[in-house]
Amino acid sequence: MSNHTHKSNSHAEMLALAKQDLTTGVGRSVKHESAAKQVSGEAIYIDDRLEFPNQLHVYIRTSDQAHARISRIDTTPCYDFPGVAIAITAKDIPGLKDIGPLKPGDPLLVEDIVEFFGQPLLAVAAGDHDTARQAAMAAIIEYEPLEPVLCVEQALQTEHFVSEPHTHKRGDSSAALAGAKHKVSGSVHIGGQEHFYLETQISSVVPTEDGGMIVYSSTQNPTEVQKLVAEVLAIPFNKVQIDMRRMGGGFGGKETQAAGPACIAAVVAKLTGRPTKIRLPRVEDMMMTGKRHPFFNQYNVGYDDNGMITGCEMKLAGNCGNSPDLSDSIIDRAMFHSDNSYYLGDATITGYRCKTNTASNTAYRGFGGPQGLIMPEIILDEIARKLDKDPLEIRKLNLYGGEGRDTTHYYQKVEDNVLPELLNDLEQSSDYQQRRQEIKEYNANSPILKKGLALTPVKFGISFTASFLNQAGALIHIYTDGSIHLNHGGTEMGQGLNTKVAQIVAEEFQVDFDTIQITATNTDKVPNTSPTAASSGTDLNGKAAQNAARTIKQRLIDFATHHFTVSEEDIVFRNNHVVIRDQVMAFADFIQLAYFNQISLSSTGFYRTPKIYYDRETARGRPFYYFAYGAACSEVVIDTLTGEYKILRVDILHDVGASLNPAIDIGQIEGAFVQGAGWLTTEELVWNDQGRLMTSGPASYKIPAITDMPIDFRVRLVENRKNKEDTVFNSKAVGEPPFMLGISVYCAIKDAISSLSDYRISPALDTPATPERVLWAVQAIQQDSVKPPAH
Amino acid sequence: MISFLVDKELRVEQHPDPNMTVLNYLRHQLGKTGTKEGCASGDCGACTVVLGELDGDRIRYKSINACLTFISTLNGKQLITVEDLKQGDQLHPAQQAMVDNHASQCGFCTPGIVMSMFALGKNIGQPDKEEINEALAGNLCRCTGYRPIIEAAEKMYADVTPDRFATEQQQTIAQLRQIQPKQQAELSDGHKKSFNPTTLAELSSLLEQYPDARMVAGGTDLALEVTQFHRAIDTLIYIGDIAALKQVQVTETQIELGAAASLTDCYDALNDDYPDLGALLHRFASLQIRNQGTLGGNIGNASPIGDSPPALIALNAKIVLRKQDQCRTLDLQDYFLDYKRTAQQPGEFIEKIMVLRAADNGEFRCYKISKRLDDDISAVLGCFNLQIKQGIIESARIAFGGMAAIPKRATACEQALIGAPWNMTTIDTAKQALLKDFSPISDFRASQAYRTQVATNLLTRYFIEINTPDVTTRVTAYV
Repeated sequence: MSNHTHKSNSHAEMLALAKQDLTTGVGRSVKHESAAKQVSGEAIYIDDRLEFPNQLHVYIRTSDQAHARISRIDTTPCYDFPGVAIAITAKDIPGLKDIGPLKPGDPLLVEDIVEFFGQPLLAVAAGDHDTARQAAMAAIIEYEPLEPVLCVEQALQTEHFVSEPHTHKRGDSSAALAGAKHKVSGSVHIGGQEHFYLETQISSVVPTEDGGMIVYSSTQNPTEVQKLVAEVLAIPFNKVQIDMRRMGGGFGGKETQAAGPACIAAVVAKLTGRPTKIRLPRVEDMMMTGKRHPFFNQYNVGYDDNGMITGCEMKLAGNCGNSPDLSDSIIDRAMFHSDNSYYLGDATITGYRCKTNTASNTAYRGFGGPQGLIMPEIILDEIARKLDKDPLEIRKLNLYGGEGRDTTHYYQKVEDNVLPELLNDLEQSSDYQQRRQEIKEYNANSPILKKGLALTPVKFGISFTASFLNQAGALIHIYTDGSIHLNHGGTEMGQGLNTKVAQIVAEEFQVDFDTIQITATNTDKVPNTSPTAASSGTDLNGKAAQNAARTIKQRLIDFATHHFTVSEEDIVFRNNHVVIRDQVMAFADFIQLAYFNQISLSSTGFYRTPKIYYDRETARGRPFYYFAYGAACSEVVIDTLTGEYKILRVDILHDVGASLNPAIDIGQIEGAFVQGAGWLTTEELVWNDQGRLMTSGPASYKIPAITDMPIDFRVRLVENRKNKEDTVFNSKAVGEPPFMLGISVYCAIKDAISSLSDYRISPALDTPATPERVLWAVQAIQQDSVKPPAH
Repeated sequence: MISFLVDKELRVEQHPDPNMTVLNYLRHQLGKTGTKEGCASGDCGACTVVLGELDGDRIRYKSINACLTFISTLNGKQLITVEDLKQGDQLHPAQQAMVDNHASQCGFCTPGIVMSMFALGKNIGQPDKEEINEALAGNLCRCTGYRPIIEAAEKMYADVTPDRFATEQQQTIAQLRQIQPKQQAELSDGHKKSFNPTTLAELSSLLEQYPDARMVAGGTDLALEVTQFHRAIDTLIYIGDIAALKQVQVTETQIELGAAASLTDCYDALNDDYPDLGALLHRFASLQIRNQGTLGGNIGNASPIGDSPPALIALNAKIVLRKQDQCRTLDLQDYFLDYKRTAQQPGEFIEKIMVLRAADNGEFRCYKISKRLDDDISAVLGCFNLQIKQGIIESARIAFGGMAAIPKRATACEQALIGAPWNMTTIDTAKQALLKDFSPISDFRASQAYRTQVATNLLTRYFIEINTPDVTTRVTAYV
């Protein structure tokens, strides 16, 4: 209960305020809740936490072979280093030794067979990190080498899979192809991608008096870390508490793969009784953790004279690395998005889950979706070139819509498709047609540099395809001074989730944003949560928090109707005030009144997504609650002598439903676009023939820098378009969908190359389209263009 | 013993580990954790801090990578970190602009970006987009896509109220004057040593006394041995306190660059005569690296790629090597013997680099080809310097980085050009000759075939640029 006196307004003043709109509720560009702390260095990340005097630091020694049997591990030499507390191997793990999230395959420390270069073998804990590393490197490890599989095509040919293939089938694609007037077929390698979260994987663990652990982990999935820490220690879940205030970036890389460091730290802490921290140095992080799945995709497509697809077969082979991790769902999502925005006719889409001796590839923004979604863009470019038509015309022709053309190849109806309008709007606002002509003229007069232009759409399904994950919880307390404590199961990795959820609660109670204190995600407060992934953070946790707020609000309304003998309609929460028929009270005063009247001011909230289901047996269902849409128009210039390129201008129009926070949504769109463009251009992962990742740091792995941003960058949200589904304030998810807008850059590069053939040939171009690959594509098309085009 | 300011506070250090980086000093010794480690290799900028250096009667502010800077570098300077910017509840304009423009998401790169912006604002005030790009090309952000950061940098000094560092400048200058290095400083943790000589004579005798000592100027490459390869360096000699090695002089005939002059200072001296070399230096690593890194270090490091040696070789640069009182002048091309092996004798050090003024050189162009345009190591660096008179090629100096174990001249190619008429037929012949000059390797940056193809194509680019200057030949022309 508050004893301090706050400035009280007169009745008239309060009435006037209660007629005004809340300025920090939903739909407002409220600043990121941590912004002021981030710019001043006051925001605490796990590595910034004050250390205990007896804190241990752990170094993980990893394999320097891709595939081998371990014949000997001897940690005795580790103890020669003063300050070493313990050296652990698999046999020291008290409980479960495998931390595979859904299926086994991810040993915490390898006991027998090494499956990739960089796999954790042993861990040494010492008073400082340097000593731990030196001691770990002194351990004796002997291997018997085994033959590694390093290439996805080899894995596909030999059916070396982490799990069985899965197929979506609609109609008779082979008959459709046999009867097709025209056909295109081919294959393409789609590169992987390193997450490159700026904060590497980190966990700090404190043993408790009950034999449990308090775990500070930079994870998108606190509940899973809780489960796995408990399991490796062989203790009940209720002895493990995970605390997660913020991550320095996640992007999917901390959905499953944050658990390893947390579990190793927990084992060390359990065995020594000392607080323990693991922070992966950048190179170790990049060698040890999985990435976006590289894919090898094959296609065979039939189309008519207009360029409309009539039949389609695709084989999508994802390189899963050495274990299942989340690959089943990731390859499924590639298949679900292999139509992007288009009706594929009779279609057979098969996803293969290839096993190679590389780090286990994992969730990464889009979750396999981008690697499938790029396929129709490649195919439609090719059809357009064969028919001598503008690719945009062919894209529009093939969009979902019209009689019998509104159902996907997994039998979900495409409802509320905004793309036909959205593409027309962007075509106009980006001056596509006029610039198309200007570019043709530029190219005719520019011997070395060539420009390219492409406008590509995105349709992305929102919901976890593992339907049970679509649930969330929240916890709200209102204290007697009217200040609100908010907690929910989602995790903040920079995306602004905490800000949006607080805005939702602010809106429900009609109080200012800074009345609400967001607190660290904690498994003690909200249990059994789903990972913050699949763009679902706000959809799920926002709804759960809204439900918690509404529960308390209903209690307050019930109380007020009795207390003031008024009806429910007489009670209005508005702009930090509560109006009760003729009376008006400050929110804080109203709360205090409720407290004195013994009203519970605390509640949990829960939410589950309605309508969704998917039957894997028949490969049919409605896996997605709704679709998010967007489109981008990119213009690039390439150098035909070196393959270098630059993004000149990008126009984006993206659908977020009714935006909860336009500034945050635009931030997500811009960031996702640039990350998507990076995936397809300069971000090249290279392994040597021993399976060692050669691009294992920012000196060799090149994510976009500031000048890689489009020179002219224009982003708009689709306006006045509420989500037709009952999402939180009719908003739409935004984390992943705009990532795939980056595909427009890849298509624009191909357009520039195609100009060398007078747009008659669509160049074959694997991704990432590095300057080297672009140069080879330029040379190939220059050679092909000399010959008459084959029909 | 070294002395420096941490913001306003004087600190004197005598026994720290001389291999300790400024980042570890801040985080582990001072408990200032606002500065983040993103890579510990100078490639991400999360650890960016600012050094204030006395320059006459003013302070120059330089952004640097704390992760690659040994603590001895701090001697006589002011170290400013992200924690020092906010006053009470009042954010610094650089910080406030970041908040107002929604320019932080996960926030981990943010302190580094704020510090790069802070230095930019102190040095330039109201920067344009190109200056912003230059200042921030070494700060990676994985979340925002950079647009709001650029906007923040554009708007940060819209209100020109002087910040605390401006109002307190006179006091800071007085404090810095007190601690300017006047005599050789030494650090020792009992095992490892580090020296900060202030004269060439002191340096010479240290090299005599410690033949295995490693000289460190910017340290932006040497520090990787400690932070990435975990090798201890027993004896370090920091040469940044030797004023004689930092001089930059432009005379009528040549540009003389002290071996320990920062690349930023060298840029200022070279850009007017050789805009292409200026453009190359602009894309050389990042501003943080160029503020620390030196031309002498870049040469002495003997990287097969460069980026400065191939350009300087094409420009017929010479270097002066000194041992005690003895100096010898060497064509830079003769300095590089084999992979990471040079003509430098024990006890010798590079004193200065000399480049002819443009009027005495030919048509100079250099081309950096890398996967990413900014802050990336070249796959190929091609440098061309031809003198063409009355349609005949009189002389040709062509050097490449990334094509051999050392920065190397393309002698066969040059021979095919010299005396030949300046036309495409000659260029085609020279391209064939160039194939004899090099057999590059394949690595993660580029394949052998790409390196070879691009090297020959760059001859075409050079021909077009000289012959038809109005044709745009570089994507970097678009900014």
